Amino acid sequence: MNQTLLQLDGLSKSYPGVIANDHVSFKIGSGEIHALLGENGAGKSTLVKMIYGLVRPDTGRMQLGGQSFAPSEPRAARAAGIAMVFQHFSLFEALSVAENIALGMEKPPKSSALSMQITKVSHTYGLPLDPERLVGDLSAGERQRVEIIRCLLQDPKLLIMDEPTSVLTPQEVTTLFTTLRKLKSEGTSILYISHKLEEIRTLCETATILRNGKKVATCDPRENSARQLAEMMVGATLNYAKARTVKLGEVILKASNLSLPPQSAFGTSLKNISFQLHKGEVLGIGGVAGNGQDELLACLSGEVLTSPNAIQLNGNNVGHLTPNLRRALGILAAPEERLGHAAAPDMDLTENSMLTAMVRKKLSSAGFLNWKQAREFAQRVIDEFDVRTPGPQSVARSLSGGNLQKFVIGREVLQDPNVLIVNQPTWGVDAAAAAAIRQSLLDLASKGAAVIVISQDLDELMEISTRFAALNTGKLSEIQSMAKFSLDEIGLLLGGADAAG
Amino acid sequence: MLRVEKRPSPSKTWGYLAPILAVIATMIGGGMMFALLGKDPFEAIRIIFYDPLFSEFAWYYRPQLLIKGAPLILIAIGLSMGFRAGVWNIGAEGQYIIGALFGAGFALAVYPTESVFIFPSMIILGALGGFLWAMIPAILKTKFGTNEILVSLMLVYVAEQLLASMSLGLMKNPEGFGFPGSRNLQQYASAHNAELWIGSGVHMGVVFGLIAVIFAYVMLARHQLGFHIRLTGESPKAARFAGVNPNRLIIFCLGSSGALAGLAGLFEIAGPSGQVNIDFNVGYGFTAIIVAFLGRLNPFGIMLAGLLMALTYIGGEIAQSSLGLPSAAIQAFQGMLLFFLLAVDLLTNFKIKWAKTEIIV
Repeated sequence: MNQTLLQLDGLSKSYPGVIANDHVSFKIGSGEIHALLGENGAGKSTLVKMIYGLVRPDTGRMQLGGQSFAPSEPRAARAAGIAMVFQHFSLFEALSVAENIALGMEKPPKSSALSMQITKVSHTYGLPLDPERLVGDLSAGERQRVEIIRCLLQDPKLLIMDEPTSVLTPQEVTTLFTTLRKLKSEGTSILYISHKLEEIRTLCETATILRNGKKVATCDPRENSARQLAEMMVGATLNYAKARTVKLGEVILKASNLSLPPQSAFGTSLKNISFQLHKGEVLGIGGVAGNGQDELLACLSGEVLTSPNAIQLNGNNVGHLTPNLRRALGILAAPEERLGHAAAPDMDLTENSMLTAMVRKKLSSAGFLNWKQAREFAQRVIDEFDVRTPGPQSVARSLSGGNLQKFVIGREVLQDPNVLIVNQPTWGVDAAAAAAIRQSLLDLASKGAAVIVISQDLDELMEISTRFAALNTGKLSEIQSMAKFSLDEIGLLLGGADAAG
Repeated sequence: MLRVEKRPSPSKTWGYLAPILAVIATMIGGGMMFALLGKDPFEAIRIIFYDPLFSEFAWYYRPQLLIKGAPLILIAIGLSMGFRAGVWNIGAEGQYIIGALFGAGFALAVYPTESVFIFPSMIILGALGGFLWAMIPAILKTKFGTNEILVSLMLVYVAEQLLASMSLGLMKNPEGFGFPGSRNLQQYASAHNAELWIGSGVHMGVVFGLIAVIFAYVMLARHQLGFHIRLTGESPKAARFAGVNPNRLIIFCLGSSGALAGLAGLFEIAGPSGQVNIDFNVGYGFTAIIVAFLGRLNPFGIMLAGLLMALTYIGGEIAQSSLGLPSAAIQAFQGMLLFFLLAVDLLTNFKIKWAKTEIIV
């Protein structure tokens, strides 16, 4: 097709014990939307960091517009016309949009001129944004717009986007794609990193697939099915969780008018959340991060106490019970943040088993701990959930994200919960591990337990949920059977539209 | 180029080696300081580390090792619990003074009654005094979110004023010819914390120190409370998830360290010191902070570190008298120990590597 903008030639980068990139070569043409596809740990991040000047390659070379290109720092990359929108935003919540953008500029213009520029760019590209608003008040999608506009003000030749849709509702995704297509039509190249295959198939015309640091293919994603792409990514045939037919059992957990004031300045409050959870079902709770997911989990797990009757188990008040008292009753939870919340990073897996399993697995008597039994339990979790680690003596932070997540979920599942609440169970987990985790949740429900899955991943919720509700600004929509929803309706719910109808 | 790289898991070997290296580095650094002061560094180091144990007068110094080491160990064990959980009691010196005042105050009030119940009551009151003094920062922290470092430290100066007031007023010896200071408890048999064997240096404080070491070890390794303390230090959010009540933990950590510091103060005032007086406290409460870290917050490590620190105290005193080293130099020497320990500690969690970087353009 058209001329090459950026050419990578044999880029390699290794860290102690891992080869992050192994002689990766490909080209990005001008005005091309190029997908970079791969599982977690396949080397996508390292590769773009090399392009953006954050990491120096060990070997290999790059050419930008025919000139040799070796950025020593991001500033050099930006000067050469490369801009990047990171997955995690670096914005100050207490500052306005314009102030945040000015902070990232080398020579910011006067604030009035900058506001005009922001308004102009935001109109041109269909990204409505008021430069005077505080970032703390913006939704995740709006925050992303701030980052994109920050990049567009530099007039880049190549825009790198790292997992841009992971925090967006389907409607916001559509807006984003319109913007990206407009940019493309003006000749800007886009390097689009994602593991969401359908998106890539609708947006991109070329895809480079990485696996274990090596390039496995460059192809046209529109000519391949999502399944083919996934199998190239994983290098194996995939097993999807089996769909189940579920008859709802009796109500086991009930929340009535559960409310919680915000726990911090930019925290979310919970507003009158009511639901009934039945035995044998998986209740999917969708929503964009920051809409009360963490708070809901904390209320259900007992980390935050509420009025006694706000939460009932089998008709008994439990809202005032501490986490261990609830565990004794069979209410278990796995929070989103693996390291530092679900597990202590510098403690080994035996100690991390003790962390939640002390009560139900009877790992203590009269306050004295039985480490031998804890070690055996940790070993059982490792064996049954295929956690790849040398053994229970490994510290939690030495495990990869997917393996630690398998451990965290396995630790709760093997305690035979009556109710299990998980938040983002497969966030940042590779496809094979994610499938295994989802299957284990379904198996648990099949055995009669009730499961609540809080997730941002709609595909995941559609795959495993029996019933579904959306959490938006701390309010829970009406719960309905998953089968009744289309993707569009879910998108509207996540955006806060009423569920009626 | 030198590069620092995080280890996948903390190195056990370096955990043990670091304190030893720190002691060696302190000897070198301290030696240089002594040389700059115009003293023979080798002789100074020999006097500090060797003479108290093996010289001609070692029979006198060895018991001193236990007498000086016991309060350090007792206080440091208490502090280490809090330090592991991220609760920073810096005011052990104050709790030490108040514990001593509680115990001694009781003894002076009942003087000259003789009874076997007096000394045990003093022990309980000593622990209570330290506990109550530590409850001030604990309650302020849990109720109002104040910083326990500042509050506990400030209370040291309040305690010192109280000590001075007591020595000159309420507890002053009525038969003391107007000199400041209370009656000498060493001459009050029921209240005297005497050596259990004459000339051994072993008094009840040493026994309690040993018990505290064993107790702390069992609690940290085997008991739920110890596990929760470690968990809170590693990751407060995970601890909350595990069901730890952070406020209760703060109260426990400050309370137990206060009680142990109070005990140390009581054993000191009823034994080696003997008298409520303005210069009663000599900084054990602060030195114990160094002892706690030098001992890796590990009970047996603290025991060794306490004895080592006692050695530098005794050796330092000998060096002051025989070489004329200023006492500030000895304090700087002790401070170096903590400084080097924290520096060497880097190696436990990080690797130092020679990085080879080649950029091909």
